[in-house]
Amino acid sequence: MSDPIFLRPLTAPDADRGEVVEFGPDKALTLDCGRTLTSWRLAFKTYGKLNAARSNAILICHALTGDQFVASAHPVTGKPGWWETMVGPGKPIDTDRFFVIASNVLGGCMGSSGPAEVNPETGKPYGLDFPLVTIRDMVRAQTFMIDHLGVDRLMCVMGGSMGGMQALQWTVSHPERVVAAMPIACAARHSAQNIAFHEVGRQAIMADPEWHGGAYYEHDTQPSKGLAVARMAAHITYLSEPALQRKFGRNLQKAGGISFAFAPDFQVESYLHHQGSAFVDRFDANSYLYITRATDYFDIAADYGGVLAEAFRGCKTRFCLISFTSDWLYPTHENKRIAHALNAAAANVSFVEIESDRGHDAFLLNEPQMFATVRGFINAVAGSEGVAP
Amino acid sequence: MSLRSDLAAIAGLIPQNARVLDVGCGDGALLEYLSETKNVDGRGLELSQQKVNASVARGLPVIQGDADTDLGEYPSQVFDVVILSLTIQATRNPRAVLSEMLRIGRRTIVSLPNFGHWHIRLGLLAQGRMPRNKTLDNEWYDTPNIHLCTIADFVDLAETCGAEIEQAFALTPTGRTKPMSPRSWGPNLLAEAAIFLLRGNH
Repeated sequence: MSDPIFLRPLTAPDADRGEVVEFGPDKALTLDCGRTLTSWRLAFKTYGKLNAARSNAILICHALTGDQFVASAHPVTGKPGWWETMVGPGKPIDTDRFFVIASNVLGGCMGSSGPAEVNPETGKPYGLDFPLVTIRDMVRAQTFMIDHLGVDRLMCVMGGSMGGMQALQWTVSHPERVVAAMPIACAARHSAQNIAFHEVGRQAIMADPEWHGGAYYEHDTQPSKGLAVARMAAHITYLSEPALQRKFGRNLQKAGGISFAFAPDFQVESYLHHQGSAFVDRFDANSYLYITRATDYFDIAADYGGVLAEAFRGCKTRFCLISFTSDWLYPTHENKRIAHALNAAAANVSFVEIESDRGHDAFLLNEPQMFATVRGFINAVAGSEGVAP
Repeated sequence: MSLRSDLAAIAGLIPQNARVLDVGCGDGALLEYLSETKNVDGRGLELSQQKVNASVARGLPVIQGDADTDLGEYPSQVFDVVILSLTIQATRNPRAVLSEMLRIGRRTIVSLPNFGHWHIRLGLLAQGRMPRNKTLDNEWYDTPNIHLCTIADFVDLAETCGAEIEQAFALTPTGRTKPMSPRSWGPNLLAEAAIFLLRGNH
């Protein structure tokens, strides 16, 4: 185990950087694409303590551009953890009671193996030589990490968006290791619309001349413009139309009125520009390509003759699904499709739809009903697992 | 914990450690009671999202859904008992709902308000108005109870669905339950509500 290496300078050098575990040929990782990583690593951060019975571990999986800094300052940006409202002492995921493991994903850029990492065989960053990864590969990699931490069974696997996909994949790939799962605002497959938006983002990155066919590391540059545009387009999908309207309407940047030019006139434009440029400062463009691809390839039912319920047959895991009314990226009906399949498999499932006009991002925000749901579900699971209150 | 009297009577019919589906589980009171007192592996289906959210926040496995449309998803004979308490009169297709329940559960428990109760009969005769009481407290144009029936009517439906009535209980206005003979005229006149334990022909 060693200190993770981050691609970007640290704004908060004093922040806890978490850990990284390195795996060698004895822990080779064979991926869905057929290639094998014989030297690879996964970065993670833990909170709380594993109890003597090793029964209180909760794995938190992050969304597309998230990371392991769930409940503590991000060393690169200096910002608070992305789910501090959910995870921490006395929070719904109470770190005084549970051992929280937050994993960075394979293919990511916060210390785990990914396209920006140096390929041990060539001594140069992988770039596009890094193998394509899938959600299943991300989960496979996480199994090595929890083995390393001495955790056999996870009391719960949870996450929103792509994190929810990983949670679902855990229950399908390793049902015996997952007592409960909480996939939030996600889907069991990427829809045509989901794939379409991702393709816009990828094309924006690849159209940037600074991308250099993915080998920009060697040119000491990065496709900042393309990545920013990708983020801008994606960010719109995370918000609802009413939320955007309420926040910005047609408000102008300057009191003087419109400029009859293409500099940002509207507040919503500069907001998006800010989102784009802030993102470029913390994320790797190739990682964005790889991770969006992983979600596009995600379709649990495809491995089970197109019948989602078959994926969950015999699954003993307790599920709690949460969706948000105004989420049009992973809408309620996609979450409900999972609930229906779980019913058909006679699995133990709760499903809650939360009224919110904040779109997909609601899962990251202060949504008291979500916290109440998580708290109730987690406490029930912990109680039946005999985890001390 | 004090449970609504019909629910307490239903709880009395559920065996220890049973796998139970409560269709129209409301605020989850019965499920909670059963899991605490009988170690039941319970699930709930409830139309009202608010009630679902409140139940899940209390740690109960409940999903939002509609008895009329969603029971078809469940596999056959996976639950020991499927419960429908004071809800059948609010379904769009009571026959289909009952058939699905009989298919899903090895046993089915149905409780219903008895429209044949003397008070209702008398009210209609004397006042010439749609009856209202504690359980049926809505104007005729504003009621969720679109398929009211009497005990005798339900017994016919059970027969039509091929169900065997294993036990039947009459519920008195004071909340007492007593075994009844479902085909006799007495309970149909005197019971305010009834509970049936049914077995399908699966």
